[in-house]
Amino acid sequence: MGTGAQEPALAIEGLERHYGDRIALAGVTLSLPVGATLAVFGANGAGKTTLLRVLATLLRPHGGSVTALDASLPDDAWRLRGRVGYLAHEALLYRDLTPRENLLLHARLHGLPAARVDELIAQVGLARRAGDRVRDLSRGMVQRVAAARAVIHDPPLLLLDEPRAGLDPGAAARLEPLIGRESGRTRVLVTHDVDAGLAECDLALGLKLGRQVFCGRATADEVRELYR
Amino acid sequence: MIRAALAILRKDLRLELRTGESAPAMVLFSLIVFVLFHFGLDRDTLEGDLASGVLWVTILLAAVLGVNRLFASEREGAAIDGVLMAPIDRTAFFLAKAAALFLYLVALELVALPAFAFLLLSPSLTGALPELLAIVLLADIGLAAVGALVAALAVETRTRELIVPLMLLPLLVPVVIAAAAATEPLFSGSQAPDDLGTWLGVLSLYDSVFVLVSIAVFDFLLED
Repeated sequence: MGTGAQEPALAIEGLERHYGDRIALAGVTLSLPVGATLAVFGANGAGKTTLLRVLATLLRPHGGSVTALDASLPDDAWRLRGRVGYLAHEALLYRDLTPRENLLLHARLHGLPAARVDELIAQVGLARRAGDRVRDLSRGMVQRVAAARAVIHDPPLLLLDEPRAGLDPGAAARLEPLIGRESGRTRVLVTHDVDAGLAECDLALGLKLGRQVFCGRATADEVRELYR
Repeated sequence: MIRAALAILRKDLRLELRTGESAPAMVLFSLIVFVLFHFGLDRDTLEGDLASGVLWVTILLAAVLGVNRLFASEREGAAIDGVLMAPIDRTAFFLAKAAALFLYLVALELVALPAFAFLLLSPSLTGALPELLAIVLLADIGLAAVGALVAALAVETRTRELIVPLMLLPLLVPVVIAAAAATEPLFSGSQAPDDLGTWLGVLSLYDSVFVLVSIAVFDFLLED
């Protein structure tokens, strides 16, 4: 574990988010340096996905302050869009389009050339299935397309929700340069794999029922306590 | 913004051509309604205000089907989230959705109007086509603008199939009034109705107001 002493990529202070009367997040406070990885742990309903969606500018924070890549949320959300990639629990893909068509759409929305699509399709190993509908692909293949979509604009901040779900070891290795530590991006990683998550993070955030239990270095036992 | 709107529109049209989930259903629905009116009114032919009312109510109800499906592909797999995270003006989303709905309505009318003329209408439409075309296109712009707005309002709600018609139909009452009033003389055999310009003006005003309102509020509708 090691982080540089730079301006933080993420600075969160007392983040709150509600769904009606239910508290989804409360009192989340952390600072994540550029290029570092934050692993977020917690049982189902702990607020992990809500945290990612706030950082992805898809949900507005209801309290506290959130600054990501120098953009203060929600006011500067427009400045953050286009600099953050989100590999979500769902694929965020059009099921009746092909992988190539999905990636071409996102390339156009980000003002990128079509060559970037071909490059990514080759990188995720889907050249032979690039013309099939996403609906007809296996879960692991969809996840590879989703990963390509998440990084098509080469975002400095990457939000990953169980990014290796459904991937075989070969596919997971293929995605490492795109979404792994070697990508050099600042990453927020939600995972239930305690040992793997701890191994690849610089900072661990533990959530329980929306509240922060710990943030910093954590042991596997401390993390597993969240699930009891 | 135009580049993004065109990219989203192209995607929507490709999906529609591939799945055929909106326009064909709207066309089929309108044909079924014409047949129902044929038997329900127990009339072989219609003319005047009755013909005009039947046509515009049918188009309106068919439009509800299109509006209900307008964001269906966005919801599946949460695809809309990927687009919302792109660095684009969200007005592009409105322009693309309204343009897609407009094209579905044009496709509907390309089939429904000849079918209506053949199945139910008494006077010939041949001499009134330019006027009818102007009325239909202006009405379609209003339907498309309000339809895209209501579809965006309902997209994240659980009861969107109920919300869409309950919000859309009252908002479209002015369109029906103006379009039906403008069309009625054409369906009575009168080739040059005196007040056609007035009703086209009403439709144009309605279109302008709702296009501008939609552009102004659409960004907020797509916010959480």
